Amino acid sequence: MKVESHSCEVLQHDWVNARYKYLRLRCPAPLARATVAGQFFQLACPHGETEQPFLRRPMSVYGIGPQDERIEFLYHVKGVGTRALERLRPGGTLEMFGPLGRGFRFSPQWQRILLVARGVGLATMAPLVPLAARAGVGITALLSARAPSDLMQEEFLRGAPAQVHAVYDSDGSSAVDRVEALLRDVLLRQRFDMVYTCGSNRLLFLMQKMQMRGEAALEQQMACAMGVCLSCVRLFNEGGEKVFRRVCCEGPVFPIATVSGEVQFG
Amino acid sequence: MADLRVNIGTLILKNPVMPASGCFAYEYEQALDLSRLGALVTKSVTPKSRIGNPVPRVCETPAGMLNSIGLPSHGQRYFLEEIAPHYSAVSAPLVASVSADTAEEFGMACEVFSAPGIAAIEANISCPNLEADGRAFAMSATDTHAALHAMKKRTRLPIWAKLTPNVTDIAEIARAAEDAGADALVVANTFLAMAIDPETRKPRLGNVMGGLSGPAVRPLIVRMVFQCHRAVKIPVIGCGGIVTAEDAVEHLLAGATAVQVGTASFLDPAAMVRIIEGLEAYCGRHGVARIAELIGAVSIDPGITDRWLRLAQQSG
Ligand SMILES: Cc1cc2nc3c(=O)[nH]c(=O)nc-3n(C[C@H](O)[C@H](O)[C@H](O)COP(=O)(O)OP(=O)(O)OC[C@H]3O[C@@H](n4cnc5c(N)ncnc54)[C@H](O)[C@@H]3O)c2cc1C
Ligand SMILES: Cc1cc2nc3c(=O)[nH]c(=O)nc-3n(C[C@H](O)[C@H](O)[C@H](O)COP(=O)(O)O)c2cc1C
Repeated sequence: MKVESHSCEVLQHDWVNARYKYLRLRCPAPLARATVAGQFFQLACPHGETEQPFLRRPMSVYGIGPQDERIEFLYHVKGVGTRALERLRPGGTLEMFGPLGRGFRFSPQWQRILLVARGVGLATMAPLVPLAARAGVGITALLSARAPSDLMQEEFLRGAPAQVHAVYDSDGSSAVDRVEALLRDVLLRQRFDMVYTCGSNRLLFLMQKMQMRGEAALEQQMACAMGVCLSCVRLFNEGGEKVFRRVCCEGPVFPIATVSGEVQFG
Repeated sequence: MADLRVNIGTLILKNPVMPASGCFAYEYEQALDLSRLGALVTKSVTPKSRIGNPVPRVCETPAGMLNSIGLPSHGQRYFLEEIAPHYSAVSAPLVASVSADTAEEFGMACEVFSAPGIAAIEANISCPNLEADGRAFAMSATDTHAALHAMKKRTRLPIWAKLTPNVTDIAEIARAAEDAGADALVVANTFLAMAIDPETRKPRLGNVMGGLSGPAVRPLIVRMVFQCHRAVKIPVIGCGGIVTAEDAVEHLLAGATAVQVGTASFLDPAAMVRIIEGLEAYCGRHGVARIAELIGAVSIDPGITDRWLRLAQQSG
């Protein structure tokens, strides 16, 4: 079966800063070989005394391999589910199913790619970094975060060579007009075969306005994560028509140009 | 090995486990062998296309979830041309769920679905009746009767009436459906519910209200299965909160002939196969030769209240 539940062993589970946590698992199956950049898993957050998260939580794979049964996640400890997840200790067990969704397009023939990430959105695009580095594809990254302590540049690149532009809320450099100027400058000086973004609707719509062609990984509240329950829809413009697509199985990666409207939670 | 076959009227199912409407689509073939299921039940299809409700369409609650998907649908033609063919190679019978705005529209929908490849129609009469101010058909015995009557006139296929639990006396609705010729009852749809985020003061669903499902509802639904089984002769299909084989057995003992699994598949897409295997193991463990023996076999001591009262008098 392509999608299965797996009982995974927690190998490592550490804070990378005050808000984000890194999780490394040993899976009972060679999932690394079956998973591509941009795909995600549905994680069963453990039940504790105060938190009983009922639904699974979608998390992008942050790292795949190098061993066949190793999968990594990088996540923001945010609400009920991730707070419960955070309490798992090495040696503990995490149930999850996947891999799910359609990942990013990538070709080793390309010369250079641009990655535009906001916050933990970098986790979703991180598996592209070693792919590009191994193929000798140049990497330019624009990373946006609240403050330098939240940037996670090392966690993103993990030693791969890249040209990095970091912008922050704390010094105002992440404001949309300033990012626009920065992007224009980057685009003048470099040519990209592919552009990717994740983590911010504002950045996504800026890139759309600038007619940058590429792919965006989206999020939406979901339940089944396999295209069955129809809860995770977002609106897209396709050939002049407005259509709903399911983020879980028709995405989470979509062409930047087609994303329509902005969806807010609750 | 126990005989897991059950009959829903003329339809013989190889086991009593099938998906609940709206909680299944062919995408699950990536996670389980669809031919192992007792039947396949589709998402409710409406005669006209509909876009569905605003997001968020789901949220979690203690031991369950709310949904307000709102029946997005591409219509019945699309279903017959694009969806049904996906199941042609699957040995389990296909049950098409329909929803409609009026009794007459339900009737017409059944005519359209009287097509090769469809083994039965599940009528989602838990949806709003536009001729009754949006009150669900199955909230009224009269409207239930009218809808079933309109459907039975237009098709020879078996009709399963899916009831709403949002009623005072479900047995009365069950009898109305049976009187109008329903071939089976599905008990039941979701409980109308609401959740509010105290931090933002906003409803957790885009549609404000939605339906509660999952383990939280199981005891309520088991009680309704029990009441319906006592009230009618047609088969009752239990649907609510089933996660394990033991949960399915509980429904059977209460009077269900078969069961539907909804929310549990969202937690484990292979849940239905796990439940079928668990039923085999249960039958083995309890020396049950035919699973049909379990239907309505809850062991209730009819004299207990009398003996209890006598005991109280003696010791008083
Ligand atoms: C395909 C996909 C990949 C993701 N990858 C990552 C990742 O790599 N790292 C990471 O930190 N986060 C990621 N997210 C977001 C992550 O799923 C949410 O932050 C998480 O579900 C929050 O759960 P909670 O219980 O802690 O928060 P709460 O706010 O308490 O969650 C309440 C409910 O809302 C849902 N929810 C809340 N925020 C989101 C969101 N942004 N997207 C979807 N559902 C949400 C939860 O799943 C839960 O059902 C991803 C989301 C999707 C859809
Ligand atoms: C996301 C979702 C969508 C549903 N859609 C439908 C539907 O289209 N038609 C219908 O009759 N019931 C629908 N239901 C109700 C289920 O079929 C079932 O009656 C209910 O969820 C209770 O079963 P459960 O506790 O096993 O989930 C839906 C339920 C959920 C959770």
